[in-house]
Amino acid sequence: MYRETQIINDAATLPSAEGELVINVGPQHPATHGVLHLVITLQGETIQKVEPHLGYIHRSIEKMCESLSYRQFIYVTSRMDYLSAHINNHGCVLCVEKGLQLEIPPRAQVIRVLMDELTRIASHELWWGAMAMDLGAFTPFFYAFRERETINDIMEETCGTRLTMNYMVPGGVMYDLHPNFQKRVKDFIQLFNNKIDEYDDLVTGNIIFQNRTKGVGVLSKEDAISFGCTGPVGRASGVHCDIRKLYPYEVYDNLSFDEIVETAGDSYARYLVRIKELRQSIRIIEQLIDNIPEGDFQAKTKAVLKLPRGEFYSRVETARGELGVFIVSEGATTPYRIKFRSPGFSNLSALDHMSRGSKIGDLMAIMGTLDLVIPDIDR
Amino acid sequence: MTREELKENIIQYRPNAVFDETGEWLNVFIETADWKSFAQWLRNDVLQMDYLFCLTCIDWSQTAAGKTVLTMVYHFTSTTFRQALVVKVKLDRNNPEIATVSDIWRTAEFHEREVFDLFGVRFLHHPDLRRLVLTDDFDGHPLRKDFEDPVNMIKL
Repeated sequence: MYRETQIINDAATLPSAEGELVINVGPQHPATHGVLHLVITLQGETIQKVEPHLGYIHRSIEKMCESLSYRQFIYVTSRMDYLSAHINNHGCVLCVEKGLQLEIPPRAQVIRVLMDELTRIASHELWWGAMAMDLGAFTPFFYAFRERETINDIMEETCGTRLTMNYMVPGGVMYDLHPNFQKRVKDFIQLFNNKIDEYDDLVTGNIIFQNRTKGVGVLSKEDAISFGCTGPVGRASGVHCDIRKLYPYEVYDNLSFDEIVETAGDSYARYLVRIKELRQSIRIIEQLIDNIPEGDFQAKTKAVLKLPRGEFYSRVETARGELGVFIVSEGATTPYRIKFRSPGFSNLSALDHMSRGSKIGDLMAIMGTLDLVIPDIDR
Repeated sequence: MTREELKENIIQYRPNAVFDETGEWLNVFIETADWKSFAQWLRNDVLQMDYLFCLTCIDWSQTAAGKTVLTMVYHFTSTTFRQALVVKVKLDRNNPEIATVSDIWRTAEFHEREVFDLFGVRFLHHPDLRRLVLTDDFDGHPLRKDFEDPVNMIKL
């Protein structure tokens, strides 16, 4: 029997309160953006409880990494949060470099940050389109993908792939930038600056959109910290949790950009944080694109990497929040134990708390602004 | 709050605490029986460790040191003082049991379910201790070092 059928059967036979209804959303529901399964208990139209069932895309990446070398395991992590593949790789190489105490050439650092910010824009764009589509507006999806395509083309030229780039290696990046890179990024910035205003006109100021998101799924600051919510979800509730500001890595401490913090904690605040972050990412790219230092793009490393005995933890700010990479090394060529603290996992755990008491139609507005990527949660 | 002040505070509360200062952050080892009261002190007293950013477990059975040891690893930081602390609790691998902290840090509820699923650690008084990512009828705990799956695991 299918698990979903089992749940429905159990709900029918077990005693329940008057008028209570149990329904399955997913694992193939279009609004869950992947194979997430939610079991929702309803009283009329009001949500009593949301119970996420995970594991439909669990690949046990942590176990896999235990048998892969320190160069190989980085590529598996592109498959966790596939929308910020670069930033996942970045977290892993930072952790390996911390263990090896490697110095990274300035050129590689700037290239990494540039790629991270381009990835963040691409990820937020996809979220913006998909979020609007969840709420019934189809056009934004095509608008967002039109601009996202330009970033994918830039990535393809330099990294060779469009989605899972695998561009970062311990010590730097795999190849040097493509000669067209600077020009194409500048063209993109020019194009994109006008487009964000268009996004604002189309969705942000839309009164129907505001009515559907304002005051929906409120998460207080204390709860956000307690649930471990990071990234735009945490910042919308007033938590200062931008790793780029708190624990700067690479060249982030020399750059001027703002940490976007809202205080309302509702779906609209989460939306605003992401839209404003798009502008900040553009600001970072503008500062760096004309100042890419000359020199090596990769530090010299040994062919076989061995981390000394010990525990290493690194964290980066992905498009969804704080990604932690925890490596336990026994001095061998493979990690003894590796743990990925994925941002989506903690953000999802707050879903039940946020959606209790709201209407079932609002659940899509809440889930849309959590920006869940299911492979990142299941790993 | 500096690392020394952090250590001072813990020594004042637990004079016999064992520290490990080799890593990036201060590590402190706690006995299983003391864990719950220590966790409550961490959250509510001077240290204000309100953000549990990583919770995981390590199986040491493939090393010479710990044939029968599982270690719970809790990474804390305080949003007020911005000082990180790592707390480790050693468990018996054959009968791993520890008190839950999901009532203190809500994020622990999912993370503990994950550890229960993949390592088989039982969290006492957890509100909803079921498998999280694997199916309910799954046999074994995959992240333990002696787990074998002849169908889906490929040895490199």
